[in-house]
Amino acid sequence: MQDTVAILLFVGVIAYALLGGADFGAGFWDLTAGGADRGRRPRHLIDASIGPVWEANHTWLIYCLVILWSGFPTAFTAITTTLYLPLVLAALGIVLRGAGFAFRHNALRTPEQRLYGAVFALSSVLTPYSFGAIAGAIASGRVPTGGNGNALTSWNHPTSHLGGVLAVVVCAYLAAVYLHVEARRAGDTALARYFRDRGLAAAAAAGAVSVAGIFVLRSDAERLFHDLSHVALPLVVGAAVCGVACIVLLLTRRRILLRQTAAAAVALVVCGWGVAQYPYLLGTHLTLDEGASPRATLQVLIVVACVAGVTVLPSLVLLFRLAGRGRLTIH
Amino acid sequence: MLTLDAVLHGLATAADEPAQLLPARQQMAFTLGFHIILVPFGVALTSLTLIAHYRGLRHGDSTALLLARRWSKAAAVLFAVGAVTGTVLTFELGVLWPGLMGTYGSAFGFPFSIEGLFFFLEAIFVSIYIYGWNRLPPWAHFWTGVPVSLSGIGGTASVVAANSWMNQPGGITMRDGKVVDVEPAKVFFNGAFWGETIHMLLAAYIVAGFTVGGVYAAGLLRGRDNRYHRTGFLIGFVTAACLMPVQLLVGDTIARDVFNDEPAKFAAIEMVPTTDDHVPETLGGVMIDGEVRYGWQIPDLGSILADFSPSTTIKGLDAIPADVRPDDRTVSVVHLAFDVMVGTGSLLMLLAVWFAWLWYRHRRVPENRWFLRAAAVSGALAVVCLESGWVVTEVGRQPWTVVGLLLTRDAVTTEGNIWALFACVLALYCAVGAAAIWVLRSMRRRWRAEGDDNVTVPYGPAPEPAAARPGPREQ
Repeated sequence: MQDTVAILLFVGVIAYALLGGADFGAGFWDLTAGGADRGRRPRHLIDASIGPVWEANHTWLIYCLVILWSGFPTAFTAITTTLYLPLVLAALGIVLRGAGFAFRHNALRTPEQRLYGAVFALSSVLTPYSFGAIAGAIASGRVPTGGNGNALTSWNHPTSHLGGVLAVVVCAYLAAVYLHVEARRAGDTALARYFRDRGLAAAAAAGAVSVAGIFVLRSDAERLFHDLSHVALPLVVGAAVCGVACIVLLLTRRRILLRQTAAAAVALVVCGWGVAQYPYLLGTHLTLDEGASPRATLQVLIVVACVAGVTVLPSLVLLFRLAGRGRLTIH
Repeated sequence: MLTLDAVLHGLATAADEPAQLLPARQQMAFTLGFHIILVPFGVALTSLTLIAHYRGLRHGDSTALLLARRWSKAAAVLFAVGAVTGTVLTFELGVLWPGLMGTYGSAFGFPFSIEGLFFFLEAIFVSIYIYGWNRLPPWAHFWTGVPVSLSGIGGTASVVAANSWMNQPGGITMRDGKVVDVEPAKVFFNGAFWGETIHMLLAAYIVAGFTVGGVYAAGLLRGRDNRYHRTGFLIGFVTAACLMPVQLLVGDTIARDVFNDEPAKFAAIEMVPTTDDHVPETLGGVMIDGEVRYGWQIPDLGSILADFSPSTTIKGLDAIPADVRPDDRTVSVVHLAFDVMVGTGSLLMLLAVWFAWLWYRHRRVPENRWFLRAAAVSGALAVVCLESGWVVTEVGRQPWTVVGLLLTRDAVTTEGNIWALFACVLALYCAVGAAAIWVLRSMRRRWRAEGDDNVTVPYGPAPEPAAARPGPREQ
């Protein structure tokens, strides 16, 4: 049963990476879009695309946190008492981002929009980096079961740096691909080209970071490296294939399955981490069995997830379909 | 009240407490106190919007439709701020209170997963509703707002379930300091659940209603006497005024429940040093060296309020074992907060009665300037009432985090400089709060420039859904 809850938790992590991650990536492109005039059109597309969906996407994070603390409370407090600094940074980014984005919509004058926009964009980089570093720390076993691990060194080591940088790059990659498709749907070829180029650049960067990551993990996180190159190898290979396929699709200007391949590449990487981690919650010192809550609580979580499956998922589909059809875009 | 709490507690820290306890408590009080102001608008402002929306569609009332669209825009800003400050609270539960989450996460934590479900639905439909103006067929658009209101109610119940469980924990089996079995229904529907949930839901509608009513009362006072302001005033104010008597009854019932089920909290609320009958009701006053000082005492009334008889015995603070007895400052804070809650609540009740009288006499929105002045500040008064109520229930539980099971000093983290964190959080929230107010004010400025009467309203007063036509776009 704890395995089911762990899978549900990981579904949330993947959804947050794919949806929330793309929103963070959009913030990255907002940050690098240049001055107020030059960056006006890409920023407008970013606003229109993520405006209706960011709150729903953000909720996946809440989902992950509540499943983690109810299902595996020991692991949750071990993580929060060890990695409180990156957690605080991530929370800071989330507050600034959400507020900055909401306020930018409603601010009228350019200087104010610029201020809120800058806050939104900067924090869009801070948060994925922090989450990536947290994932690196957990994956490389830097979080002791009893918590209160080293507040600084636990997330300042090669694996966490790798996780942080990879998270930022991957978010940017996802966002560029999604925005490229959005721009093409809107019939804006110039903007489609703009995001295609950025998508390609981000894909290349993600590939390079991943290759570098192989060496980083081999020297810094042996067990993770071993599992990724053995049990999780098919997933890693699948991710690489999807990544390459996505680049090919971008180069050949095909729209079909473009977003799906990009998303699959990222989802497979996250899955790879999950599979490599199994059956441990933290390093090799806390297993799922040891860290799980009593049976009744796990049952509640599974029921909640099932109810979410029949209520939240159709609602999400409705939201994305309305947003996709331009029924919710703003002008 | 929260600052008062901060000042009072800042004066002394017991030697055996972890250094993180005081800043962690202050930070939690501050962030919760901030977040709770936004909650009523997330929960209830959408319902008020839907009332206006319904009226607009059903009766072809273009003024009501314009109000609904503007309220939904304001709700969007407040909902976004509430969503991020709520996220901070989830982080804080882990970072500041690992003793609570690690040991009791399997019981205290799962109501939040149900809340997560409701919050998800709320976030999805809030987006559809807010972005749906002019883009969805009118009645379909109206119905996309309904899940927002309903999930607001479900979300409130879930969070309050977790909170009330800390007041009256149940449904768990402990062995060697670990929770080994959980009975979810007993955890969720614990002894304090129904009272607290209904009390908070009513409070949310009352705060939102008086705040909305107050905004338009201020407009009426400044001479903007038009249909737009009158309708806005009525929808908000009447909703709150109708719920006020219900809230008084619910509050009164809860006070007796607290007397029966949480005697320690009741002793602090009533500021009763020693167990006794014929206990007087003390208004105001503080506790110094274990004695009630200042304040105004009404003989026997405390006992009568507790159980309808002057001979009712009320357990005093002396009945609590000395090592878990709240100190004088805590007792004073709880007692004064209770007085403020009841005082402001009673004032709001009087205001509701005054309105009923004026309406009965004149059958229109009152023009009495003193009434409008009072109505204009009723929103602020309701917020004070809400905050002091939460101070009563939270500070009134001290020194416990989970009554009888977990002391706050054992729940708190033992790592890190929380004062520095608190300082950052304080600065951040002040900035976000100031920006939110500023944005709302600039929205108001823009709306005022648009005017209230000659604006093309959303999809016009459509006689039937098919007749939708695009209105002006706002952005």
